[in-house]
Amino acid sequence: MNKSVALEINNVSKYFGSLAANKNVDLTVYRGEILAILGENGCGKTTLMNMIAGIYYPDSGTISVDGQEVVIRSPKDAFRHGIGMIHQHFKLVDIFTAAENIVLGVNDGKAYSIKEVNRRVAEIADKYGFHIDPKKKIYEMSVSEKQTVEILKVLYRGADILILDEPSAVLTPQETDKLFDVLRRMREDGKSILIITHKLHEVLSISDRVTVLRKGEHIATVDTVSTTSAALTEMMVGKKVELNIERPQPQNVCDRLEIKNLSMVDAEGVKVLDDISFTARSGEILGIAGIAGSGQKELLESIAGLCHPITGEIIYHNPKNGKTEDLRDKDPVAIRELGVRLSFVPEDRLGMGLVGNMDIVDNMMLRSYRKGHSVFVDRKKPGDLAKKIVEELEVSTPNTHTPVRRLSGGNVQKVLVGREIAASPTVLMAAYPVRGLDINSSYTIYGLLTKQKEKGVSVIFVGEDLDVLVELCDRIMVICGGRVTGILDGRNTTKEEIGLLMTKTARDAEETSTAKESADGENV
Amino acid sequence: MNPFLDYLLTAIPLGMTFLFGCTGEILTEKAGHLNLGIPGIMCMGGACGCLAVKLMHGTNISPVLIVIIALLAAFAGGVLMGMIYSFLTVTLKANQNVTGLAMTTFGVGTTKFIMSGMAKNAMQYLYALRYFRFPFAEQTSSVKYCGFMVGLAIIIALVASYILTKTRVGLHLRAVGENPATADAVGINVSLYKYTATCIGSGIAALGGLFYIMDYAGSYEAYKSIEALGWLAVALVIFTLWRPHLSIIGSILFGMLYLAGSRIPTLLGIQLDISATPLLQMLPYVVTIIVLIVTSVRKKREHQPPASLGLPYFREER
Repeated sequence: MNKSVALEINNVSKYFGSLAANKNVDLTVYRGEILAILGENGCGKTTLMNMIAGIYYPDSGTISVDGQEVVIRSPKDAFRHGIGMIHQHFKLVDIFTAAENIVLGVNDGKAYSIKEVNRRVAEIADKYGFHIDPKKKIYEMSVSEKQTVEILKVLYRGADILILDEPSAVLTPQETDKLFDVLRRMREDGKSILIITHKLHEVLSISDRVTVLRKGEHIATVDTVSTTSAALTEMMVGKKVELNIERPQPQNVCDRLEIKNLSMVDAEGVKVLDDISFTARSGEILGIAGIAGSGQKELLESIAGLCHPITGEIIYHNPKNGKTEDLRDKDPVAIRELGVRLSFVPEDRLGMGLVGNMDIVDNMMLRSYRKGHSVFVDRKKPGDLAKKIVEELEVSTPNTHTPVRRLSGGNVQKVLVGREIAASPTVLMAAYPVRGLDINSSYTIYGLLTKQKEKGVSVIFVGEDLDVLVELCDRIMVICGGRVTGILDGRNTTKEEIGLLMTKTARDAEETSTAKESADGENV
Repeated sequence: MNPFLDYLLTAIPLGMTFLFGCTGEILTEKAGHLNLGIPGIMCMGGACGCLAVKLMHGTNISPVLIVIIALLAAFAGGVLMGMIYSFLTVTLKANQNVTGLAMTTFGVGTTKFIMSGMAKNAMQYLYALRYFRFPFAEQTSSVKYCGFMVGLAIIIALVASYILTKTRVGLHLRAVGENPATADAVGINVSLYKYTATCIGSGIAALGGLFYIMDYAGSYEAYKSIEALGWLAVALVIFTLWRPHLSIIGSILFGMLYLAGSRIPTLLGIQLDISATPLLQMLPYVVTIIVLIVTSVRKKREHQPPASLGLPYFREER
């Protein structure tokens, strides 16, 4: 096939200080194709895309669109050349409607009329098979609707080259399939699509070609049909990585934590936990799967004593004296003393667990300062612990006195998990511990969790990558809208099964709302 | 005259002092900048306007031109203050609260310096005040309260409201205040919008100072009370939930509340102890706190301040 070149990048480099984010990268995209950009975190995928989209300006090298060399100094320039980027973190104004967000920044010389914008948005949505109400406010939307708005924003500007930065990271498998259908329809329409991802199976299912980046350099571009996930991984990390997670059989299993009929309402009176019951056992990893915001955070925080359920029991079997206790009567400090540890809070990694402006030693001390007896702080013990964690978990930091916020995401996670593990917990709760981490760091974290399990700790793991959940966990509990929709055996389940349970009630709700919409439509 | 009508007609022009400050502050806050320098900026506006009148008085420049130049001088004084504030908070990304308070201290102090320097021949320029009234004001008692700047304040507020809700510029400005990263990503020049909104907003606020000295109070000493009124203008922004058209009514209400201490007892025909007046003067603040409580409890997203209010915007932050 002889396709025309849509976008060509020649020898582009970008430095942040002395660090090379991209070094002499070449890239070609054709019309009507989907090109996947693959690479570990920090390999410069996003930086490269940001240069095409005008967020950054390359230090050297050239970018050509349709064979013409262009200078892209701002997102506006990018739009002028038909390039639009859908960012990983949605860039939407919450209190604006979908249409207002879409028209934002567009200056087509015509008079501004929101009615006309609404009409055109609906027209584009119809063409590619999106379902969206242009007048809906962003803060009332689900994650996948917001993503739709982002894509429409780019299409509204008449973009022919679309860049999607990890579009499936926030979607359920079903929503991802829907998105991929839309992307295929755009490809048919002659659009060029660049998709950044680190999920290999998605690369294989949607892309025509794959470009692999490593440490800011272009490693290879291959046709998707002629490659395998093993080959791609090797290109990504530069060495063979064992992609199998070790899952030893649970040993000496006994009940550690029994949750009975737990319910909770939030400040607005909405039920966030609805009659949740399950048991966490020692020596096993219990996975919790669910769309973000289904009650995971509230559940973990209830167990840790940070928020207060209205009904239900949290029964803890203390392995030290064999007694059972209800954690609901206890304050967070007492719960921590019992060995129930919450590490990694997803929404705000630094906010809940660590203080960004404090160094590693002081962050260690946050957990032990009550033990001091003198008026003055003693930094010796926390200092030793910090050194031990940095060495054992291979935290890359200049020294233990570096403020935590200067560390990369993976290293912050390691510091946090290291500190919690150091207290030899009996229950370890981890929510999204690998969010934003590259493959190597992720596997280090999985290894740490498995090691704790082997020590007889009851591990509760809230994850979003279903492939990992299926490989890592002994049992998987699926929650949806604050309800338990199923508890599955990790060894005999598939991610499709989990995906269905994740949307069980959400789908019912959707059906009723679609019915309502069509009724509204008739009234108009 | 009916004492209530008299009360209302006095409150309207007083309210316009708040309205100038409030409209200016709304524009600034919509761009995501909390400008606590408004009281100082209003003072500076008064001082610059008075200075212009003083310099021109006694020359043979036509009165209308004097009025226009005084307005421009006040506006320019405000814009200058706005430029200093924007340079510090937009370009240097200094803390907005600290910068704003510094602007107020600076503005109030400088105004005192300028005005006391003029004290010797204060009477001479005060004569120019008549230019700020309608020519027929002397004859008609009910318009004697309202100089042309009352109309100007209302027009500015309505225009600001129209721009914010109905135009592309307004949409972009609101986006900058809500989520500058989003605005940046779609190619809106965030710094330009922040600078422009802050400077124009400051200029509008500055007109309020001139209006108060020259028109409402008509006294050289009046500059001393502008600062207190400036803070009320900032409170009015919260009271009206960042909507310039509502602030027209809000400002008149604030004017009435501000005068309540001296007017209500007369209206009701009762004698109030002199110490109760300051208590009644607290009313505008109390009402603002109540509005804050009500909107916080209701949690309606449209009634919240611009989401990135007070936060500096760093583009390279990832």
